[in-house]
Amino acid sequence: MAGVTDAELKEMTQEERVTALGMRTEALTGKSLYVEFDPDAEERFTYPWAPDVDFNKRTEMDCDGMTTTEVNSNIRELMAQGYGTVVLKNPRGMHSLGVGILSKLNLIIEGSTGYFAVGLIDGPNVRINGRVGWSCGENMMSGTIMIEKNAGSTFGAAIRGGDLVCRGSVGSRTGIDQKGGTIIVGGDTGALSGFMMQRGRMVVCGNAGKNLGDSMYDGTIFVGGEIKSLGVDAVEAELTDLDKAWLTRKLTQYGLMPDKGVDHFTKIVAGKMLWNYDNLEPTEKKLIL
Amino acid sequence: MCGIAGLIHKGKSSSVGSEMTAMLQALKHRGPDSTGYAVYGTPTEGDYIMRLKVAEAEDMEKGRGIHQVIKDRIAEVEAILKEHGAKVKSKDAPREYSLRYVLNHKGDTGEMAAHIEETEGVEILSMGNGLELIKDLGDASVVSEAYGLNDFQGTHAIGHTRMATESDVDIKSAHPYWAFPYNDVSVVHNGQITNYWIMRREMERKGHRFMSNCDSELLAVYTAHNLANGVSLEDSLRQSIEEIDGVFTYLVATKDQLGMAKDTMAAKPLVLYESDDLIAMASEEVAIRAILPEEIDTYDPYDEEVRVWQA
Repeated sequence: MAGVTDAELKEMTQEERVTALGMRTEALTGKSLYVEFDPDAEERFTYPWAPDVDFNKRTEMDCDGMTTTEVNSNIRELMAQGYGTVVLKNPRGMHSLGVGILSKLNLIIEGSTGYFAVGLIDGPNVRINGRVGWSCGENMMSGTIMIEKNAGSTFGAAIRGGDLVCRGSVGSRTGIDQKGGTIIVGGDTGALSGFMMQRGRMVVCGNAGKNLGDSMYDGTIFVGGEIKSLGVDAVEAELTDLDKAWLTRKLTQYGLMPDKGVDHFTKIVAGKMLWNYDNLEPTEKKLIL
Repeated sequence: MCGIAGLIHKGKSSSVGSEMTAMLQALKHRGPDSTGYAVYGTPTEGDYIMRLKVAEAEDMEKGRGIHQVIKDRIAEVEAILKEHGAKVKSKDAPREYSLRYVLNHKGDTGEMAAHIEETEGVEILSMGNGLELIKDLGDASVVSEAYGLNDFQGTHAIGHTRMATESDVDIKSAHPYWAFPYNDVSVVHNGQITNYWIMRREMERKGHRFMSNCDSELLAVYTAHNLANGVSLEDSLRQSIEEIDGVFTYLVATKDQLGMAKDTMAAKPLVLYESDDLIAMASEEVAIRAILPEEIDTYDPYDEEVRVWQA
């Protein structure tokens, strides 16, 4: 409150007071922890403790009879030994497989997993030959996840980076709270997909359920099929040439390019009618009233 | 967070008892408080299987007097059976407080059931030609062992592992629920019903009885009411999505059908596997894989999805 006296504040209108007290969005931006990508800052590319793994060193692990903790600590042990390609056999719906891997690794899961598969990862390339349960790839930071069959609900919840791809159909609330990265679905997605999405892109080649993109702040959703209904403040936008080029590149990369191309995709973005960031929170109002 | 499971074999009998035990054991982490089964054997016309409890599991620890009380209650139940002209063909007691009768009866079973439940502490868990409803405290292996379920042969089954959130840890709040007094209908549910009291009072005004404060019982009563009024199972499931508020996924089994319904938000999980001769579903894939270890294709049903399968 430097530079403004109480007497001055009393003279001001509400609008002027907000500005004088530094509560405008522009005055608050300097407080972000967001760091821009810098190609020269190589020390940021890997974690200092990340093991040095060789992709050509391959090993297999049979998950039968093992607990999730045993499997996950075994993966870490193998990475410490320099194995860069790890194949998990017989997962049979186990939960939380391969979570929290923070370095490069080729992880191949031969079968289906339960909830929270390969969540919280930063770097690995994962291929899952079966189906995944709820919250696959939750909060992933970077890397790729490729799922051959279907996925459950909250697919890629709060994902921040990387590519999360499902060839089949996914459940409801796909990409809820998405903060970056790319989610690609070969089939359909359920209700409330992209709910409260904040950044990043979501591509659905099939149909989308009701309330698509409800309360999304930002980010882009592309849908190839029909949209049952749009959520609050989700609006259709023009599909630009840049979008088409990006879609073609991404979908071709993962072998999901539709025969009819990408011109039929519908683009959904935030209508920004809910952007009321300049309004004060009740506690802030109290400060100056 | 409860776990539900269901399976139905098309056109053949199988050891559904041990299959359901394997599924429910795999779901134990979703709720270790109690486990329940509704298994459907081969129905015999005119013969009714009645499962009932005459005391709660916890009553057994409240002093030795309970043994005499149980004997008295059983005697009273049997007197009522006689009064209604039901012939007892066989009688088992897997637990002191839990009994199974095979009855031959020609009259109205609903009226008889209502009369039996007038006895203090007595609750009929199920009545039907094919249905056997078993529920008790403990995990699937404990309940299955105590009630000899591993040898049970039948066409379909639903099951439940319960984590008590809305009501007590006891048998009367455990699932599945029999759709009293509608023979052979049972329900398991995972979720919370938010207009429970409004719907319950509506059902009570229509003359239905509630034994517990568990919201899942409402689904059983609601389904029974609809079926009694000639509504098909599929229509009842569809209608429930409109009329019942909250988040829920539930399964209903009848003498020869198994149905599922998911609420409008799709907030509660269900994984579905369908093949030509077997349909299996559970809250988590791990339960389906307990009986189908080979690689299979499964999917999540969407919001407001309703399915019914025929045995």
